[in-house]
Amino acid sequence: MKKADKFVKNAAGRMVPTIVNGKKVIPFMGVNKYRPTHRGAAPRVPTCIDYPEDGNKIIDSLKEALIKSGLKDGMTISTHHHYRNGDYVSNMVFDIAAELGIKNLRWVPSAAFPCNKPVIKHLESGVVHHIEGSLNGPLGDFCSHGKMKGLGYLRSHGGRYRAVADGELHIDIAVMAASASDMMGNANGVMGKHPFGPMAFTKADVKYADRTIVVTDSLIDFPCFPWEIMGNDVDFVVVLDEIGDPQKIVSGTTKITKSPDRLIIAEQCAKFVEASGILRDEINMQAGAGGTSLAFVYFIQQMMIKKGFKARSMVGGSTKFLVDMMEKGLIDYIFDGQTFGLETIPAIRDNPNHIPVGVFEIYDFHAKGNIARMMDVIVLGSTEVDVNFNANCVSHSDGRMLHGIGGFQNCMLAKCTIIAVPSFRDRIPVIKDEVTTLVAPGELVDVIVTERGIAINPLRKDLIEATKNSGLPIRDIHDLKKEVDQICGIPAKPKLSDEAVAVVEWVDGTILDVIRKVEK
Amino acid sequence: MAKIGTAGNYGRSIRSDCKVTIELTQSDGLKIELISKVKDYFEESIVALAKKELEFFGIKNAKILIEDRGALDYVIAARIEAAIKQIIETDKEFLLEIISQNTNHTKKERYRRSRLYLPGNTPKLALNAGVHKPDGIILDLEDSVAPDRKAEAAILVRNALRSVNYYGAERMVRINQLPKGLDDLEQIVPHHVNLILVPKCETAEQIEQVNHKIAKIKKEKTLNYEIWLMPIIESALGVINSYEIACSENVVALAIGLEDYTADLGTQRTFEGTETFFARSQIVNSARAAKIQPIDSVFSDVSDMDALKQNVLTSKSLGFDGMGCIHPRQIHIIHENFAPNKIEIEKAQKIVAAYNEAQEKGLGVVALGSKMIDAPVVKRAQNTIKQAIETGKLDKNWK
Repeated sequence: MKKADKFVKNAAGRMVPTIVNGKKVIPFMGVNKYRPTHRGAAPRVPTCIDYPEDGNKIIDSLKEALIKSGLKDGMTISTHHHYRNGDYVSNMVFDIAAELGIKNLRWVPSAAFPCNKPVIKHLESGVVHHIEGSLNGPLGDFCSHGKMKGLGYLRSHGGRYRAVADGELHIDIAVMAASASDMMGNANGVMGKHPFGPMAFTKADVKYADRTIVVTDSLIDFPCFPWEIMGNDVDFVVVLDEIGDPQKIVSGTTKITKSPDRLIIAEQCAKFVEASGILRDEINMQAGAGGTSLAFVYFIQQMMIKKGFKARSMVGGSTKFLVDMMEKGLIDYIFDGQTFGLETIPAIRDNPNHIPVGVFEIYDFHAKGNIARMMDVIVLGSTEVDVNFNANCVSHSDGRMLHGIGGFQNCMLAKCTIIAVPSFRDRIPVIKDEVTTLVAPGELVDVIVTERGIAINPLRKDLIEATKNSGLPIRDIHDLKKEVDQICGIPAKPKLSDEAVAVVEWVDGTILDVIRKVEK
Repeated sequence: MAKIGTAGNYGRSIRSDCKVTIELTQSDGLKIELISKVKDYFEESIVALAKKELEFFGIKNAKILIEDRGALDYVIAARIEAAIKQIIETDKEFLLEIISQNTNHTKKERYRRSRLYLPGNTPKLALNAGVHKPDGIILDLEDSVAPDRKAEAAILVRNALRSVNYYGAERMVRINQLPKGLDDLEQIVPHHVNLILVPKCETAEQIEQVNHKIAKIKKEKTLNYEIWLMPIIESALGVINSYEIACSENVVALAIGLEDYTADLGTQRTFEGTETFFARSQIVNSARAAKIQPIDSVFSDVSDMDALKQNVLTSKSLGFDGMGCIHPRQIHIIHENFAPNKIEIEKAQKIVAAYNEAQEKGLGVVALGSKMIDAPVVKRAQNTIKQAIETGKLDKNWK
């Protein structure tokens, strides 16, 4: 079986396969062009009498739970990334699978981190056939070099939910870490010994997987409430000594940057939002973690205080910074899918206006509306952009996969999407003629803000008009690129092979681009 | 001369710089090895640049190692030249073409509210310095450069004067304390520097030496642009002689350096600044008497923006026109707070309006309400209006 076959040129002009890992896929047809009409996935219908009368589903070991769940060759296993780089559970699952002699598993994490490096040996030995999920660090490198047996599959957070819900991605066994659970499997991430916050990335898994195993290090008396996972959806509960290290959730991206160059980018973003009239009382916006995004929120906060504005809602990744803003009365509601700082957990637990939300509510393209689309403005980082406003966030200019898509594509649906980037990094221009990997089609990127100027997408005549007398350094993107090329010199094009190693899916499930094997 | 020449910096925390090691060999031509995080993109152009430069200096056989952390061409060229000059005797200079933005020259009376210090041997800080819009940038050859790196820093600063766009900031260089500083001028003056800072200046005679040297270089190279001077007073003696220094030719601003000054007094610098009150006032007085700009010392706590603001307001109230900065985030606070405030602007508007009205009516005396207004008051008000317009605090059509 070829990993990728029957390539065609899609609506974005990219050559993409129509067969991936033996399955038929649809090439990208253009923004908002693909409208599926089929019915989605439906979970297997369980019956309560097949489950213990006293609700006690505790099993002695994860191994036993996996065996009882029917683990066998070729199955699809899902895990979540709420412990981020401190996750222990994913690695355990595949160690057990190896011990049992299982082969060709498909792993569909909501994201993988450098801590999941041990999975590489299982990819090499054939226990894991391939990964579908955000790949970065050592796993991204492994895939970039074409060493994975199957084709990697990059989906956005919203895209992963959609893929599970519409039947594209069927999960056989979901193994869900929870910081607290009762014997029935009612579970959350805000109680117990090692809380990690809301559990946005478990919702599709728990709803649609054939079997769901909750793994916890803190068994508490029934009922474990509030429950983000309902025991009614759970097959087995496993209690272990350790499931993850919450200290490693915080990745150093939860503090406002001190870099003067990043600060100036964040400040220009805020000034743009103000000058364009997007900043208003009762604004709704996404407040990402990451030094620059957080600094942007800081500058917006200063403006809000000056004008006497408050935000109606902000979507996190929550941070202490957001929680403080809410305490100061500057935000009415926080929609929170995952925490980036443990200090936020008491607020998630105790403040009813700090609302834990799932990926479905925030991001799903095939939902009857979603929160991201209602946001007035979202600021995102990116590895590359191009003169047609296309954006890349998964690979660097050398083609290596280094980041997951995360919510990047889903955020493109906001009323104004701003990409905040330095114009070059280490002599490598960030503004290209053409992005190495297409992750967001240019028509959805409204503004690119760099330290050397702001480029507005020509499609957004309203924003151009609104800011024309603002005194902001608004520039043609070609001029900006020319200036950066003069500073850096024109870089040689990276050598990439024709061989595809992963596909990038658009939010609607069509194939937007491929990532090619890195030669060296 | 050394057998092996080495210049520049390389390491995990280093960015936009490179380390070059050159060893002359007997035969086998030029063997260039490049270790670089941007090798995939720039190997060809870096190697071509190195070859061209080595040939320019007449080197035919050598082993060259370039350990690069994303350095731009002007940095790589400076590092190669510095390494070569350790192993061969030469007066030649390998110059890249000067960018068109860096051949302009400045007026005596331009704003010098903020001047951003950039360590002369640290290229990464220079690249985006202009983006932060200081009135001036200072490529520093003095205190921020280690004694054993002075030679390579001078070459790098020379190249940075030619190749980095500072987006309209005045291009300043702080030379070393005299007499060494006089040698620095050779590499700086011919490259369209706008202003030279003369550190630890104590006498007018020192400024005369600087002027003399600059004039000599300008004559030799037939350069016809102005190069302004900003002496920095950093000692008790300098404070005493400050008026004569301020009156020297080409001096457009007089700065004070308080760290060295307080050390010279035998005291500690405090936030209140009682110990430096006399010196600061003296500098303002000398500068004003000589009709040049008095410029305050840097504020060194880069994390405390509120304290910086207080410091700027004090500085302004003492009569200073600007101050030094060591972090780009200080620039905005400095501009904002040296600029006239709302009350000052409103008062100035009334005075200027009254003056204009008196002019129109052909009246000899200007009055605001029942108060007579003197000519200097009008002039100051006009200045305030000009500043307010230039700093965006007042619409130019305010009338």
